[in-house]
Amino acid sequence: MDDALSWGSIFLRIAAQLLPVWVALIATFALSMRYKRRLGLYGRIFDSPVGMTGFGLVMFWVFTAIFADWIITHDPLGQLSGMKNIIPGSPVKDAVEGAYPYYLLGGDHLARDVFSRMVMGAREVLKIAPAATVIAFMVGITLGLPAGYLGGKLDTVISFISNLVLAFPVILLFYLLVTPEIRVTGIPIVLAAILFIFPVIFLTLLLNARFFTSPPKRNLYVGLTLLFGLWAYSGLAFNADPLGVWSMDPNMLNVFVSVVFVNSPGVFRIVRGMVMDIKTRDYVAAGQTRGEGPWFIMLWEILPNARGPLIVDFCLRIGYTTILLGTLGFFGLGVTPESPDWGSTINYGRRLLAIAPHPAVVPAFALMSLVLGLNLLADGLREESMKD
Amino acid sequence: MLLFVLRRIGVMILTAIALTFIVFYMTNLPPNLEKLAKSEASVRMADDAVASWLERNGYGGSVFVRYGEWLGVMPGWTLTDEDGTIRGRCIANGQDAATAARFCGILQGNWGFSTVFKQPVTEVLARSLGATGWLMLWVMIVMVPASLLLGVLSGMREGSRTDRILSTVAITTTATPEYVSGVILIALLASATAGISPILADAGWISGKTLFPGTATSAMDDITFWNFFLPVMTIALYGIGYIARMTRASMTEVMTQQYIRTARLKGVGFRQVVMRHALRNALIAPFTVIMLQFPWLLNGVVIVETLFNYKGFGWTLVQAAGNNDIDTLLACSVVAVFVVLVTQLISDIGYVFLNPRIRLA
Repeated sequence: MDDALSWGSIFLRIAAQLLPVWVALIATFALSMRYKRRLGLYGRIFDSPVGMTGFGLVMFWVFTAIFADWIITHDPLGQLSGMKNIIPGSPVKDAVEGAYPYYLLGGDHLARDVFSRMVMGAREVLKIAPAATVIAFMVGITLGLPAGYLGGKLDTVISFISNLVLAFPVILLFYLLVTPEIRVTGIPIVLAAILFIFPVIFLTLLLNARFFTSPPKRNLYVGLTLLFGLWAYSGLAFNADPLGVWSMDPNMLNVFVSVVFVNSPGVFRIVRGMVMDIKTRDYVAAGQTRGEGPWFIMLWEILPNARGPLIVDFCLRIGYTTILLGTLGFFGLGVTPESPDWGSTINYGRRLLAIAPHPAVVPAFALMSLVLGLNLLADGLREESMKD
Repeated sequence: MLLFVLRRIGVMILTAIALTFIVFYMTNLPPNLEKLAKSEASVRMADDAVASWLERNGYGGSVFVRYGEWLGVMPGWTLTDEDGTIRGRCIANGQDAATAARFCGILQGNWGFSTVFKQPVTEVLARSLGATGWLMLWVMIVMVPASLLLGVLSGMREGSRTDRILSTVAITTTATPEYVSGVILIALLASATAGISPILADAGWISGKTLFPGTATSAMDDITFWNFFLPVMTIALYGIGYIARMTRASMTEVMTQQYIRTARLKGVGFRQVVMRHALRNALIAPFTVIMLQFPWLLNGVVIVETLFNYKGFGWTLVQAAGNNDIDTLLACSVVAVFVVLVTQLISDIGYVFLNPRIRLA
């Protein structure tokens, strides 16, 4: 039987295992640096060391999630006998021929490989966090634009509702929204039905405002959007897709909807505030004088001019969503026990912290580095976008 | 000013009513009530038995009426049993129905009975809020001076090496949620197999196996540096980074103002400029941020109390939510909502007081 690996060789082996990630990272950086002058705001990230570090960290996890199947050394759900809470670098006992001979970052309380679970956890997080943030942004923008631009009663009502959600302690909301019992009542489906319609509305308004002067084009684009949008909508919200392409596990839907619900009011507030500022500018007045419709002004005059702060907030908010997903996992809400997501891994690991810290510390560092990367990226973007 | 405060209080009350109703509605959903009936009476009840148990214990009828009863603006329910005794929401066991009060909601001070702790909710709440109060107090004592100092130091000379280092520290702590920093701190300082404790134990510098204990349960009776350091640091770390960043932003802005340049040109020393001219103006924005940080601390408290097994407000909330203890959960949410709304109000009023440029009619 071999001895346990030293820390040096553990890191070397992990680095070797992550080879596809390094290749992809180097390719991305080389290409982006080469053409950075032609890439607009994205290219300017590479002018700031902070932004570049952040981008590197984020892309590291994105590529890890993409190539997870090649990177993992063991089945993230597989339990091997004798590997319970084993220290990092331990050789696998009675290894099967062809299997990876070590548990690189040790075993957890159920004798599963911590390294493979961390890698698969990245996929779990990156599957939900960006998508949930995108939907939250569409909800926030679709409501924030008219609230800020038109004001009046509409603004009062939406602002009140969004303040209501913001005043709710997040954890209490999660405990109320993400329980198995709540699924029986259909509340998640109602919420999904309300929240998921906003992307469809947003895109329809966006294209209609742009192309309504040439009806054939408009009919084509809006028709396609409605066709695809409502198709996806029926599948995701009601699980009633006639072709069975779009569907979402009810557990996941519950988590997803709650995260979107918590995030949207924040986006709404930012958009509303910015619209109230931008609508006093001369180019908006010029647009009004030209006879542009309110939705055209909101979506094609104001929104593009608000993009800088929105992109920065988008990065920060993905990080915040990652933290929220971790919180859900930490309290064991809405995830299956085998799920390798970082929050629940930390939750199971924390009970044995005193004797075997690695099962909790590894995902903890993973989560921290991803959120740190997103924060640094947001900082770099903010710095660069302030330069114009 | 008075009108502004009154209007804010009006909106606050409306918000509080809406929020408590939402919590009431969510905790009183049919599946939750069914679970309650089964845990209170018998696990093997049939559906119609559940329905009649709920009916007999005042859970029947419209959710609005029950919310009114809970709030204390509707008369409590009463029922006459087959043997002629009158039971009701406001009638204690064995009490004569005629002497009982008509209204008994939270407005009358009747917060209900906790099914998990087998105690009146007021007692549970008083105990747990007391415990959390100490935690919050120490967090504030650590967090506020540390973060202001960090922010002022890095904002004083923007772009200097101190600024770069302190900003990196701040951004790292904001990227570390409590459950991550707590786990890392425990692994580092309170684990018998990892971190610095084994080294210290081998050297004979500490008597026990670990430097700090991994739980804060003993702090319920007696708060010491050793059992309180980890939970307080875990909550404070996240806030430190955030407030320091806000302070830095406002400090850098103040340092570019004309009056700072004038003071410098007059020949006032840098230290004097920072202390006398910049500091007060730079601290307006962080004040709002610190006040608005309270609701966030509430989140941190829930996580940290669960992690360190400290039986305060957050721990109680988790227990109540996990065990479907409706009365306790409602009381917790009332407290939480109250804290959030009051801090919002204070931050608005304080902002006006601190900033002479803002005048509210």
